[in-house]
Amino acid sequence: MERTFQGEIYLTRYLDSQGTLVQPLPDNPQLAEQLQSCYRNMILARALDTKAIALQRTGQMGTYASMLGAEAIDVTIGLCMQLDDVLVPYYRNHASQHIRGAAMEDLLLYWGGDERGNANPAMNQDFPNCVPIATQALHACGVASAMKIRGEKRCALTVCGDGGTSKGDFMEALNIAGAWQLPVVFVVNNNQWAISVPRAIQCGAPTLAQKAFSAGIRGEQVDGNDAIAMHEVLSRALDRAREGKGPTLIEALSYRLSDHTTADDATRYRDNEELKTAWEREPIKRLQTFLHQQGWWDEAQEKAWHSEVARMVQGAVERYLNTTAQPVEAMFDHLYEEMPASVQEQRDWAQVKAMKGGSHHES
Amino acid sequence: MSHNITMVEAVNLALKRAMRNSEDVVVLGEDVGPNGGVFRATVDLRDEFGPRRVLDTPLAETMIAGLCIGMAAQGLKPVAEIQFMGFIFPTLEQIICHAARLRNRTRGRLSCPMVLRAPFGGGIHAPEHHSESTEALLAHIPGLRVVIPSSPARAYGLLLAAIECPDPVIFLEPKRIYRASKQTVEDNGIPLPLDTCFTLREGSDITLISWGAMITETLQAADQLADQGVSSEVIDVASVSPLDSETLLSSVQKTGRCVIIHEAPRSGGVGAEISAILAEKGLLALQAPIARVTGYDTVMPYYRLEQHYLPNTQDIIETVQQTLAFS
Repeated sequence: MERTFQGEIYLTRYLDSQGTLVQPLPDNPQLAEQLQSCYRNMILARALDTKAIALQRTGQMGTYASMLGAEAIDVTIGLCMQLDDVLVPYYRNHASQHIRGAAMEDLLLYWGGDERGNANPAMNQDFPNCVPIATQALHACGVASAMKIRGEKRCALTVCGDGGTSKGDFMEALNIAGAWQLPVVFVVNNNQWAISVPRAIQCGAPTLAQKAFSAGIRGEQVDGNDAIAMHEVLSRALDRAREGKGPTLIEALSYRLSDHTTADDATRYRDNEELKTAWEREPIKRLQTFLHQQGWWDEAQEKAWHSEVARMVQGAVERYLNTTAQPVEAMFDHLYEEMPASVQEQRDWAQVKAMKGGSHHES
Repeated sequence: MSHNITMVEAVNLALKRAMRNSEDVVVLGEDVGPNGGVFRATVDLRDEFGPRRVLDTPLAETMIAGLCIGMAAQGLKPVAEIQFMGFIFPTLEQIICHAARLRNRTRGRLSCPMVLRAPFGGGIHAPEHHSESTEALLAHIPGLRVVIPSSPARAYGLLLAAIECPDPVIFLEPKRIYRASKQTVEDNGIPLPLDTCFTLREGSDITLISWGAMITETLQAADQLADQGVSSEVIDVASVSPLDSETLLSSVQKTGRCVIIHEAPRSGGVGAEISAILAEKGLLALQAPIARVTGYDTVMPYYRLEQHYLPNTQDIIETVQQTLAFS
């Protein structure tokens, strides 16, 4: 027999869980500045996340998907993409969405049950949150196809979880990305849990990155708790995509430190010891340690930034809480560009019903 | 320039016209390239517009629909072919959860102007899964338009309209009449209106409402009924969603009697919706119960029995006679 294929998957890591360098830093003159930006955004992401959960727990917001533990992945996505690239998120990309233009109150508004959270023109051509698992991977391929057809030097980036890689949509997306060599980057936030189903029984392959081989595209792993590694791997993959050198599948290894959503209770299925160990590897502390060691961040900056973040998040929460519900006709107004007569008729009924107080949508 | 062409040739003509008019229009699907589609609807497109705009895809329907959504959100006008409607089901999550709601869930920031074409319906002795009529599944989805032509000229005009439409359109082509007859089609680039019914024949005694391939039998029935002195008004619904209930209602208000004819199964079909609307808004004009001539609530039979499944001209005539006899 002759060997017809051989593949290897490499893991990129710069910082270990103690914040110690395990290999020389990437050759990047802007590294200090970029990592400070990562760090600031990660602090902000966690503060917003904490506040969002508090809002849900106090009945001021609906079910929310926390991004606790995914800060390094998501912040670097936001920072590494260019503005004219297109982000096609799943539902745990609050930080990258914010960095790319969504206001924090937009994010709260979305999870607060209001479609206007997806409507801010500052989101440009980015897709809104995607709830049906892995379906968004195909949208990213469509976006990338449009870019390729038009000969543009832009790219699309899409994100899903480890569970999402089990879906046919994900595999079909990898397949078309490889067949057409699309300018797209797939990021898998492998946080080890798909609600209650652990990574071990999600897929028999030792890595999720190797699914790239089935599609003839590049696949690699990265320590998703290491912002330096994430920044480096993402920048490379995005550059390759924009330059027409093909798609990349990045499996970012992380850990879901939160419940799946606020509607979930992970203590039902997850060992507390495992969670404790995972906290020792979380992304913010290790970057903080490293930045302090390098002299790129100090206590005074830390203190000042935390109070600035608290002020920004509080402002966003106030703007969110002060946003009144849309009028009842909003559910009809954006179905079609031109409203069909049948929809217009029902819009009229809804307005009459709302005026009679028959609607519970008013606030 | 006018052409004496079949319906499938009219589809091809509209695609060519739309692609010449706008660089943004791209055609994609299985075998749409050098092969020109299994029914030849995309024939010659690859030669004229090249592989950049006429894209043979891998064999994955979910992917085709998902790709269209991403392309459309970038301002392209993807026109995808799903080879047979029996294979449209993998696209439904993409169509229902995304294409139909992208405009709504972004409050208009993004939209999804895509067309998904699919040949559908029975009567050509096709393999299993190639003959169903499941338009009602799609007609139930808010945010979509579901359009069904019934002649070469309407295929041309409605497909142009679907491609110009700023929202997603499912364009179902009744393959039984793909090549049934020729008609002179003016290649003038003028789209026909969507969400409007077409009155094909005016009459005063009864309203016959149908769409797609069954328009053929419905018109034949109207001809034979005319010989018996019955004046039938024949309406091609064409856009089964959103429905133009006004045209249907005003016809029934004129005739007082109505038969709805469709190939799809009876229960929960588009005919049921039309019947409900006519009952809700036209009850006092009705002189007889609304009748339906439809396929059965069975699995579409494999082809040895398909002629027993499909409504025929005689079924329509008999139902019309019963409706006229009601007093």
